[in-house]
Amino acid sequence: MRQRDNESASQRVGKSTQGGFAESLIRRIAPWLGVSLFLGLFFFCPLARILWLGLNPASLLTIAPDSLLIIRHSLLFTFYQACLSTLLTLLVGLPAAYLFARFDFRGKPLLRLLTAIPFMLPTVVAAAGFNALLGPRGWVNLGLMQLFGLESAPITFVHTLWAILFAHVFYNTTILIRVVGNALAHLDPRLEQAARILGADARRAFWQVTLPLLRPSILAASLLVFLFDFTSFGVILLLGGPRFATLEVEIYKQAIQIFNLPLAALLTFIQLLFTLAFSIVYGRIVTGVAVTTTPHTAQSNLRRARAWREKLFVGGMASLLLALFLLPMASLPLRSVARLEAARGERTAVGYDLTSNYYTELFVNRLDSLFYVPPFKALTNSLLYATMTVVLSLALGFPVASALARPGRLERFLDPFLMLPLGASAVTLGLGFIVAFNQPPLALIRSPLLVPIAHTLIALPFVIRSLQPALASIPDRLRQAATSLGASPLRTWFTVDWPIVSRATLAAAIFAFTVSLGEFGATALVSRPEYPTLPIAIYRFLSQPGGLNYGQAMDMATILMVVCGAGILLIERFRLPGAGEF
Amino acid sequence: MLQLLDIAKDYENRPLLRGISFTVAANETVCLLGASGSGKSTLLRIIAGLETCEQGTVAWQGQDLSSAPAHLRNFGLVFQDYALFPHLSVFKNVAFGLQMQNLSRPEIERRTREAMTQVNLSGFEQRHVTELSGGEQQRVALARALAPRPRLLMFDEPLGALDRALRDRLLDELRGILHATRVPAIYVTHDQEEAFAIADRVLLLHEGKIVRDGSPAEVWNEPGSAWAARFLGLGNIVEGVVRLKVETLKVETRAGGFVLRCGHAHQTGEKVNLLLRPSGVRLAADGNLRGVVTDVVFQQARFKVTLENGLYFYLPEAPKIGEAIAISIPPSEVHCLA
Repeated sequence: MRQRDNESASQRVGKSTQGGFAESLIRRIAPWLGVSLFLGLFFFCPLARILWLGLNPASLLTIAPDSLLIIRHSLLFTFYQACLSTLLTLLVGLPAAYLFARFDFRGKPLLRLLTAIPFMLPTVVAAAGFNALLGPRGWVNLGLMQLFGLESAPITFVHTLWAILFAHVFYNTTILIRVVGNALAHLDPRLEQAARILGADARRAFWQVTLPLLRPSILAASLLVFLFDFTSFGVILLLGGPRFATLEVEIYKQAIQIFNLPLAALLTFIQLLFTLAFSIVYGRIVTGVAVTTTPHTAQSNLRRARAWREKLFVGGMASLLLALFLLPMASLPLRSVARLEAARGERTAVGYDLTSNYYTELFVNRLDSLFYVPPFKALTNSLLYATMTVVLSLALGFPVASALARPGRLERFLDPFLMLPLGASAVTLGLGFIVAFNQPPLALIRSPLLVPIAHTLIALPFVIRSLQPALASIPDRLRQAATSLGASPLRTWFTVDWPIVSRATLAAAIFAFTVSLGEFGATALVSRPEYPTLPIAIYRFLSQPGGLNYGQAMDMATILMVVCGAGILLIERFRLPGAGEF
Repeated sequence: MLQLLDIAKDYENRPLLRGISFTVAANETVCLLGASGSGKSTLLRIIAGLETCEQGTVAWQGQDLSSAPAHLRNFGLVFQDYALFPHLSVFKNVAFGLQMQNLSRPEIERRTREAMTQVNLSGFEQRHVTELSGGEQQRVALARALAPRPRLLMFDEPLGALDRALRDRLLDELRGILHATRVPAIYVTHDQEEAFAIADRVLLLHEGKIVRDGSPAEVWNEPGSAWAARFLGLGNIVEGVVRLKVETLKVETRAGGFVLRCGHAHQTGEKVNLLLRPSGVRLAADGNLRGVVTDVVFQQARFKVTLENGLYFYLPEAPKIGEAIAISIPPSEVHCLA
């Protein structure tokens, strides 16, 4: 009897009976429940609603001819500015990549960090930074006015195409430095030397060996830059001003200002189509990158500049990067404490004066209006939303990341769906909320909760991608060892898993927090006027006249920059090497 | 043809090469033999023009090459791990140097095929270099270096990554090719068997200097220093004191007393190093070297016998471990190392 019991028990373990199968199925599906529900309700459902709204025959047939013009114009401009921006970024980024991959110079780690910061810097901060530097009330213009006694700002930078292009270079140069720079740094230097010995001069060795070997990574990086430029929103709206509209900005305008939701939906569909195509091509190129570059370990490619031409290159390029990245970021906090306004009545004399007035004003509701919210409230709103985003994205991301750390067929199948929100732009997410939740049964559009939900959609893929490698790095043997030594499952988790994943969790949390603090696109569409976030408040102040408004925008942008900058630095410290790269 | 004069080079503020001078004659294969980190690869790179030296000159038939960049020197270099161009086919790899000479297309085609035949790679033209085995990659690297008909060929540990059997075969082929093309060559390695197998002349590089320069047989017979004898694995090195110097030298060591002939001038009481070659010895009751056996290893026709004092010898029959034996070493197997 006892013998048979043992047998059936071992059979149950070995072959898994009906009940065991159902149980294991539930255990495999359980981690996905929260995420599936969340993404289904807040991503796929709104996306489907957008597609239906934009593509149903009724709205397609009633499309106005000037709508077609709008589509054509915004599509052309999107391509135009994205191409120009990408070219300009290549122009700065390729020499910069060469600089970082081949030369050793003083202050290099600092410069590298400086170039990396903009990538995660909120667009409103960058816009405010460029404004503080080159805007009509910026350092350069006020300085020139003072110097030459001019009546008005001599340089028109804000609300020109140049502002857009500059900001895009500012944001995306780091992609080239990372992708192409890494490829170049890992390129075996002996390949170029072999070419030299076989009779190629430096120029031919570069064109026939180095460049062909870098081509896949240059292509991949350019396409990524192009994709970011193509879907750029904040930069165009804040720095380009009302004259310029990319698809993304046009979607926002149609949805928020003109309330032409069908046209906004159609534009979204067009945009999605292009981003999908670019992403597929990008995926193809990236798989090619791994094949063609043979990594080396032995020799270092780094050298100090010796010849005068090298010194000139290193010095010139480092100064250019320093100017491009430091000036906007430095002029912002300086501008926030400096009153450089001409006093009323005397137009030409510019007074200099350090002030904390703008900061104290942050707590005051000047207009006493219902929709006017003092900046301080915007800050607390932002912090509240960011905290909610952290909690929500970790709660949803952790179970999934754990499941993905030991992927089975189910996990491999579901994994790409998790990353899909990455492909949709922030404005698309916002528009989806407006379209899907403006009527019962889910009339959530008035709920301030939509903001942290939108932020979670954006942060979630990154949170999962930074948790997953940490969780996967824990070998099962460690857990088994702990269990065999008598630890309960919960205790095993706390003694084995947690110490290893805590750093990655911290990095993911800070990331979600930073993303939420700086998010502009989706928030611009779904936030309630009475509950603005910091970026929205900055946008409002920047678009209003007056020195006080300008100063307060600078202050808030400075606060945002400091908080986000600290976040970015912390993430760099805590993230696993290699995790969360492009 | 190639003359090096007083080459000196620092590496991370420490001298790596200190005054290297030698020449390579026509049709000669010179082997630079040294431990890893001895600077022999750096020396090759200086000759190739890939690195600069702080002092000294590299000249070709009397003409200083200091100002000639690497691509104008017309030297060939086979890298360790080959450094084949991963984005080009086998054919294009081999043809690269010819293209750089701006030759006509049929000429490039003809000479590429010729070089590939030379290294037994015909039929591999359209293969991708990343799909080749280590030995095949080595042949491509050799063909690529040969095709432009360089006036000097250099090899930087070209067989280091290959297994023993393949190494021996490629070494034979390489020797054949070097003899057939009659191109002077410098071969860098840390493996003395490889060096002795391929070199017309061996240069021993130690602490930034060439400590021995001679044919393989000369270097084998007269290593010249305790370091060289040890590095080449020639036998046991023991320190001793000169006791008597008449016509022959009598040296007292911890292993026993030895009588030998020596060309050097020594004083009584001077410390010298002796090389006791392990072969050519026999067991003899009146042998001049006594010891207890600690290890016996069968090696084909002989036994390697290690004694408690660390010395080893090759004997035709195996003593027992723990046995006390006496060995007679003929004077011809004992060398005095200056």
